[in-house]
Amino acid sequence: MNTDITRSSAAELAHALGSRELSSVEVVQAHLDRIAAVDAEVHAYLHVDGEGALEAARAVDQRRASGEELHVLAGVPIAVKDVMATQGLPTTCGSRILQGWIPPYDATVVARLKSAGMPILGKTNMDEFAMGSSTEHSAFGPTHNPWDLTRIPGGSGGGSSAVVAAYEAPLAIGTDTGGSIRQPASVTGTVGVKPTYGGVSRYGLVALASSLDQAGPCTRTVLDAALLHSVIGGHDPMDSTSIDAPVPAVVEAARRADVAGLKVGVIKELGGEGYQAGVRARFDESVALLQEAGAEVVEVSCPSFDYALAAYYLILPSEASSNLAKFDGMRYGLRVLPEGIEDPSAEQVMAATRDAGFGDEVKRRIILGTYALSSGYYDAYYGQAQKVRRLIAQDFSAAFDQVDVLVSPTAPTTAFRLGDKLDDPMSMYLQDVATIPANLAGVPGMSLPSGLADEDGLPTGIQILAPATKDERLYNVGAALEKMLVDRWGGSLLAKAPQLTAKGA
Amino acid sequence: MSALSRDDVAHLAGLARIDLSDAELDRMVGELGVILESVAKVQEVAADDIEPMSHPLPLTNVTRPDEVRPSLGVEAALSGAPEQEQQRFSVPRILDAD
Repeated sequence: MNTDITRSSAAELAHALGSRELSSVEVVQAHLDRIAAVDAEVHAYLHVDGEGALEAARAVDQRRASGEELHVLAGVPIAVKDVMATQGLPTTCGSRILQGWIPPYDATVVARLKSAGMPILGKTNMDEFAMGSSTEHSAFGPTHNPWDLTRIPGGSGGGSSAVVAAYEAPLAIGTDTGGSIRQPASVTGTVGVKPTYGGVSRYGLVALASSLDQAGPCTRTVLDAALLHSVIGGHDPMDSTSIDAPVPAVVEAARRADVAGLKVGVIKELGGEGYQAGVRARFDESVALLQEAGAEVVEVSCPSFDYALAAYYLILPSEASSNLAKFDGMRYGLRVLPEGIEDPSAEQVMAATRDAGFGDEVKRRIILGTYALSSGYYDAYYGQAQKVRRLIAQDFSAAFDQVDVLVSPTAPTTAFRLGDKLDDPMSMYLQDVATIPANLAGVPGMSLPSGLADEDGLPTGIQILAPATKDERLYNVGAALEKMLVDRWGGSLLAKAPQLTAKGA
Repeated sequence: MSALSRDDVAHLAGLARIDLSDAELDRMVGELGVILESVAKVQEVAADDIEPMSHPLPLTNVTRPDEVRPSLGVEAALSGAPEQEQQRFSVPRILDAD
């Protein structure tokens, strides 16, 4: 019974809850049992709040019993990336510097989940302050890919994708600064969506790079992502960059799933050299399916995308060096006193705290950002990167004059082995080469499973991109493609994943 | 393109308020050199007539009516403080002893 519950989609659970076939307490308990059985191996959660989730489930069950009209996802549990503030629940951002910190308030996304009646199962593992593509930079140890426990689950939101892939939660929240929702989705065989920048509030999200960060859904189906998107999306007066417009009609688009007459652009610059053959093959097959379903497919050139990675790795560290200045050991988090100094100054305490509290990747990026913003180098690095950003936005604009959506492989490879790229930062950064342009321009993107690579049998992903505020197009195209692929596979791709062998599983 | 020296990295770490050990400094010089070489590619493209773009949205100043509304109480605001004293954050000395 429990196994059936955890293998259900959020939409199926919502239906069973609405028709009283299941109670929220049963659904939450089934997921807590699954977490207890497999998370020691996957390590996707940093903190599980069983008591809080059951209490929220009991409350929603009572409201339903009293005849109250509830949100469609009421009672469906969810996991939240540990970068979002959760009142009364630890929030660490995968960093020692925030170990044990308990926020006194909720992020807007979290508040919206709670007001929809969604119990929060816990907080998911991540690369420290969302810097990384493998979840190996977490101060609390890496997450393992449920498809092969020796491999990475992607990053920085590897925990959020892995809980969904390992059936430890039906839904999760991630954040995507350069691909941290989409790339983990690709390598775990799940669905991940980065909404339009400003489409989901960033209030209460511990900022990495404020002009790039965007929270969004991690799920097993396109419809589930749409349902979750409609809960968390919409204007928030607490975030001055929040778009003041209605949430796009994403659920209707996911249910429509019709690509006949749509123009789909294949991005010439993404998918060539450096892309694994199996990734490329599954991508080509997906494009062929869209064509069979009546979409017109054309090749589109976005020449400035070749410079996106370089611009991103200047803009991100610059913003991060500023955003992470607040972690100074004065008002919250870790405070370390320097050794051998009597009566140390605040400056000396800050420097000792930041050395002890931050990991290597965070230090590397803060120092890189400090350099890029420093006098004498600003124009050559940060200023030039901002110009590249303009060129990339112009490329998108020109491309969307020709086509309705753009597509590419999501990540250049399937999941690599834990440890393989840890000593080679540039090689790690290349994982995000296809996802970064969307963050620079603020356009929405989705990754959904496109199959298994022949050479290693691991999941591959296809990325769909749409113009800003046209998020519904991702769901329409994604759901249509998902339906054709699932028919071809004879079931979901995740059903082909090896069973985790932990106790009780 | 000027390569970063060990002294440069130590200076930057000082500006960023991070005490790096000698071993960390040595490793960081090499890694930052490789990264900088790679990101310097941005200098190949952008001409003078391209307007820099710092943000995906056109930003405007957002204000709200000047009305009193609830905020975090003192206890909640201090709940994560490493040290507190008399309802205030207690911090190491900011000024020199003399």
